[in-house]
This record gives sequence, C-alpha cells and structure tokens, in this order.
Amino acid sequence: MIYEPSAIAVVIFFIFVGITLGISFWLGRQAQDSQGYFAAHGQIPWFVNGVAFAGDYLSAASFLGICGMIAFYGYDGFLYSIGYLAGWIVALFVVAEPMKKLGKFTFADALDAKFGSPGIKLAAGISTLAVSVFYLIPQMVGAGVLVQPLLGFDHWVGVVIVGVTVILIVVTAGMVSTTWVQFIKGSLLVVFSAILTLMILNRGFESGTGEAVTGLRTLTLSDTGMPTPESDWELLEPEGPWKDTDFIRLKSVSGNVSVWTKHPDGENTLLLEAQTLTKTADGKILVNGEEKGSKKGEPELHPIGHIRSLPDDYEAGSPVGPLEFFSTLQKSEVVLWPNRKIQETDGSRTTVYYQKPTPGSHVLRPGEHPRFKGIRSDEFLDKLNFLSLMLALFCGTASLPHILIRYYTVKDAAAARKSTIVGIASIGFFYVLTLYLGLGAMTSGAMDVTTSNMAAPLLARSMNEWLFAAISAIAFTTVLGTVSGLILASAGAVTHDILTSYFKVEMDDARKVRVAKIASVAVGTIAIILGILFEGLNVSYLVGWAFSVAASANLPSLIMILFWKGVTKQGVISAIVVGMVSSLGWILLSADSMSKVFGFTDHAGFVPFGQPGIVTIPLGFLTLIAISLLTKKQEPVS
Amino acid sequence: MASRNAHLGLKLFTVYLALYGGFVFLNAFSAETMESTPFAGVNVAILYGFGLIIAAIVLSLIYGFICGNDASSDAGEASR
Repeated sequence: MIYEPSAIAVVIFFIFVGITLGISFWLGRQAQDSQGYFAAHGQIPWFVNGVAFAGDYLSAASFLGICGMIAFYGYDGFLYSIGYLAGWIVALFVVAEPMKKLGKFTFADALDAKFGSPGIKLAAGISTLAVSVFYLIPQMVGAGVLVQPLLGFDHWVGVVIVGVTVILIVVTAGMVSTTWVQFIKGSLLVVFSAILTLMILNRGFESGTGEAVTGLRTLTLSDTGMPTPESDWELLEPEGPWKDTDFIRLKSVSGNVSVWTKHPDGENTLLLEAQTLTKTADGKILVNGEEKGSKKGEPELHPIGHIRSLPDDYEAGSPVGPLEFFSTLQKSEVVLWPNRKIQETDGSRTTVYYQKPTPGSHVLRPGEHPRFKGIRSDEFLDKLNFLSLMLALFCGTASLPHILIRYYTVKDAAAARKSTIVGIASIGFFYVLTLYLGLGAMTSGAMDVTTSNMAAPLLARSMNEWLFAAISAIAFTTVLGTVSGLILASAGAVTHDILTSYFKVEMDDARKVRVAKIASVAVGTIAIILGILFEGLNVSYLVGWAFSVAASANLPSLIMILFWKGVTKQGVISAIVVGMVSSLGWILLSADSMSKVFGFTDHAGFVPFGQPGIVTIPLGFLTLIAISLLTKKQEPVS
Repeated sequence: MASRNAHLGLKLFTVYLALYGGFVFLNAFSAETMESTPFAGVNVAILYGFGLIIAAIVLSLIYGFICGNDASSDAGEASR
C-alpha cells in the first residue's frame, strides 16, 4: 500500500507524544539518586502502578501483533491474549508478595536474598539482559511498522525515532518518568480500544464481492474454461514454478498479466483476482505486474478485508451487540488472504496474495493459523508445539524482568498485590477487546495485505483520520512505554547485578546512576539495530519466544526458592544458565529461525518443533533440583 | 498472615490452573468441541476464552478482598 501522511494525523501524533514526554520529564526531574532512578523511591501509588503494569505489559505485541494475527487468521491470535493474561495469575498468586519482600532493585536481589552470592547476581543479570533484548526486538519492529503509514518514513527511520526517544526518556529521568509514561499510555490504550470497539459494533457488517472495497475483480468461467468475455483475456499456459500451483494467469488486452484463483459458486466457477508483489532480479518492485508507484493513483497493492456473504437474518450495515457480533460472523463467509512465494526462473521473486473465502465458523475456531496447526493435526509433535507455547505464555509473565522490577516501585507487599489486581483487570479488559478489534479489522476493507502488524491502526483509519492519528500515537507511546521499561531493567541488571555485585566495582550513588544511563544508551542502540534487522516478523511471534526464554531461565529459580528449602546457590546458577542457553539454542535451531532469521527456506531445523518451553522449563527445574541435591552437603541452607 | 496469603494464593492458583489446563487440552485433543455453539450462536472457543479472562479478574478480586481484610502487608504487620 502507499501511505500518504495526513497533516491532521501528524499534528495529533506529535501533540500526543509531546505531552507524554513533557509529563515524563517534569515528573522525573527529582529522581537523581539510585533509589529514585531504579525504583522511584518505592513511592508510586498502587493504582498508578497497576495501570502502569498494563502500560508496561500491553506492548506492541498485544496491540499490533495480536490484532494483526486475528485480522489475518481469525481466532488463533486470541490464544495469545488468553495465554498472556493467564500468566498474571502466576505473578499475583505465587510471585508478587515474596518478590516485594525479598528484593530491592532487581529480581536478582530476590533470588539472591538467601545466599549473598555474586554468581547468582551475574547469572540473573545476564538472563535479564538476554530476555530484555529478545523482548525489545518486537517492540522496535512494531515502532518501525507504525511510523511508516503515519509519517511516511521508512521502517528504519521509525525504529531510530523510537530508539532515540526512549533513550532520552530513560537517561533523563529513570523509573519515575517511565512509570508515568506507562500509566498514561496504559489508560489511553484501554480507553481508545474500547471506543474503537463500540464503533465497530455500531458499524456492523457489509458484504459484497470485494470489488467495491478492494477494487479487485471477479470473473466467471465459461463452459470452455475461459473467463468471460473471452475476447478480453488470454489464458497463459502454466510454466516454470507456476506449474506446481493452482493459480491461473491471464493476460489482458493491454498486455498486463494478472493472477487468479478458482472458487466454486453454486453451479458456476468464479475467478477471484489475486495480488502479486514481485522483486525483479535487477531490484525493481512490481505490483500486479506494473512498477510500484509512490503516489496515490499509481500502481499499488489494494487494501483488503471483506465479507462475501452475510446470514439471511442480518440486515447489512445495522449495529450488532457484543455477542451478536460473533454469531453474525459465525454464519458469514469471510475472505482471508494467505500468500505463497514463487521463485521465478528469471531470478525474480513473486509473492502471490490470494483470496480464500472461508466460512465464519472456521474463522472463529482455533487452529487455522499455520503456527497453531497442532490443534487440528494428528501429529503428536504439532500438538506438543502448541502445548509448549501455551505453557511458555503461562509461565513467562511472572519471569519477565521488566515486569518484576515494577514490584519495587510501590511501598509494601499489600501495594504490590493491589497494583497487580488493577493490572489484571485492565489487561484482561483490553484482551477481551482484541478479539473485536482483530475481527473488526478483518472486515474493514482497510488492511495492508503485506503486513499483519498494521491491522489495528488501519482499522482506526477506516473509521476516521483523527482516530487513526490518536490510535497510532497511542501505539507509538505503547512502544515507548514498554521499551523504556525494558531498557531500565537491563540498565539495572548491568549496574546493580553485574558491575556492583559481581565485579565489586565501587560506585557512589551518582556514579551508579551515570553507569546505568550509559548502559541504557548501549542497550537502546542494540535494540535499534535488531529492530531494523528483524523487520518482516510478526511481533507477537517474537514475543512468544521472549516468554519462552524468560520462563525457562527465571521461573524455576523463582518458584523453587519460595517452596523448597533445599535450594543451593549452585542450583540456582545452573538452573538459570541451563534454562537460558537451552531455550535460546532451541529457538535458534528451530525451523522458524532457519527460514525467517537465517533465510534458509524450507529448512526443517534441528529440533522437532519450534516452541522450547515444554522441554526447557522442566529442564530448568530438574537442573536446579539435581545440582542442589549434589551440592547440598557443602553448603547447608539455613 | 503472609503464609495464609500464600496458602490462599496457591489454592486460587490451582483453580485457575485447572481452568486454563482444561482450555488448552480441549483445544489440543478435542478441537471439534471448541466449534460447537451452545449459547447465543457463539462458539465454545470464544465463550471459554472470555470465561478464562473473566475468571482471572474475579479470582484476583477475591484474593485481594480476603487478603486486604487481613491487613497482611508488611506495613500492616509492623503496626500491630
């Protein structure tokens, strides 16, 4: 799609971001010592901290990734919503209060409270860095994706803008301002998503062939197997890589070649127009056979998202209730847009985005997305992959360092508990809305076929330009809020856990804060580079991996320290190292990484399935128990 | 009091674990059940999914309510 920035959108966007930054600098100006910098002096009110939990947690993955996945595949994206929220139950019922009682600045403090071991601090510090960097990648990718349509910049410019702004926030003010940015953003995100959901329900559904919505044509095949009118088209014989596909290629009178798929419709057979994006051997970009334009009216990919047929008892365009929304869609036929990549013999590479009319009942059931094929597959390994992801989501939240540090910004265990409850209520409400937002985008006629991450902002644009600007600005501050939290957690790990506790670097308070700021700049720079490199991946998918690493590395120690007296420091260190290395290794050796990260398409990977959690989380527990038992005599635990 | 909170937390955690486990295993091993529409034309996948989110909020409120009345915070204990 061609994104032309609108003046209103740009102005609203900068007002939003400017106000957020202004408030954050103003509030953060007193936090000059390390207590203030890392933990806001433990003086954040519990309600504000609770909403800030939501602001911290509802990252680009939730808002952009989940909505996008639902918009392209249906229900499956909602499985992430369910898993992400369920993780908070572990955080509240098991981890929150002990974390607050045992720790001071970082979650390594809590792990190390019994032992006073620099080794634990080092291992936990490194694991904090690993998880935070992994979690940072999708946030930065999300930032780049957002800025593109809004301001008309390239992806990498968006990543750099977010990176620099966040470094500025963190370096200037630390935890106080980060908390307030997250509070403002958390509130705005929930309120505006609710407004958008009401507008979706009020708009109801429209149906049609999609020509009015998307500009894509539908033809009828005659008995001779030719599209009508026959004089307008020449059927091209399948050749080269096209032989292995069901696509039909037609040449028009003007000489343009278009790609189509067959679709049975009663007694007739229809041809539905697909869209193609070709990168030629000499680097040109072609859309639907013509050179891609840069202004409106020039060749571009059409926006997508339409319903082919609605149930008889529903009057098109009439408002729907919250349950009627689903029951109407359940009986409709929706067009989904899968894609297929074709390597042509002349060296060019074509992606075909084609229409797949799908019953609403299939859109609303789990198991349609390739990543969740385990649900409908008879293969045990596929099922294991699904169970593994759901386990990682459940266990990951309570192990995320940037969430755990938020327990140190309130005054006591009761405030930690109350703020978690406020967090769960806000996050839960938002996740209910994701299903409406995603399905609303699916049927909005406004989506970009090449990227699922833009579904929510483009849905807002289909309502009006103001809302688009507001939603984009909120999504942008969403990224800011989460990235600041992550960078702060990393800076805390470097300064407090690694330098002070392990390397015994003597630092006064002012120097600690200075070192933390330098660490923030370094981590921020790494995040910018990775955000540019990982441009094409769905952000929610990347976050799923971050959860696996967090759960495998951190959860076994966190839980066992609370519930087993036999834990030794060697046990804790080994569990963190084994959990972190095994989960990272597993991810890098998976088929997904081979194709999407290293570029080896169709490589089967070196591990049986993609999600490591079901293997590496128990492995972390076993390592901790085994090493603790082996080392128990040398180091009796009181 | 803190251990009482921990006890209650574990009980509620077990309840939620059973609900979540039920959802995940139903998806993995009885996907057709998720497609049936027992109420208002809405399928089990959506009803159960929303149910899980609401259950998380309700259980956390119950926990907060009971612990809150016990004044079990550090500050609360210190002032006793």
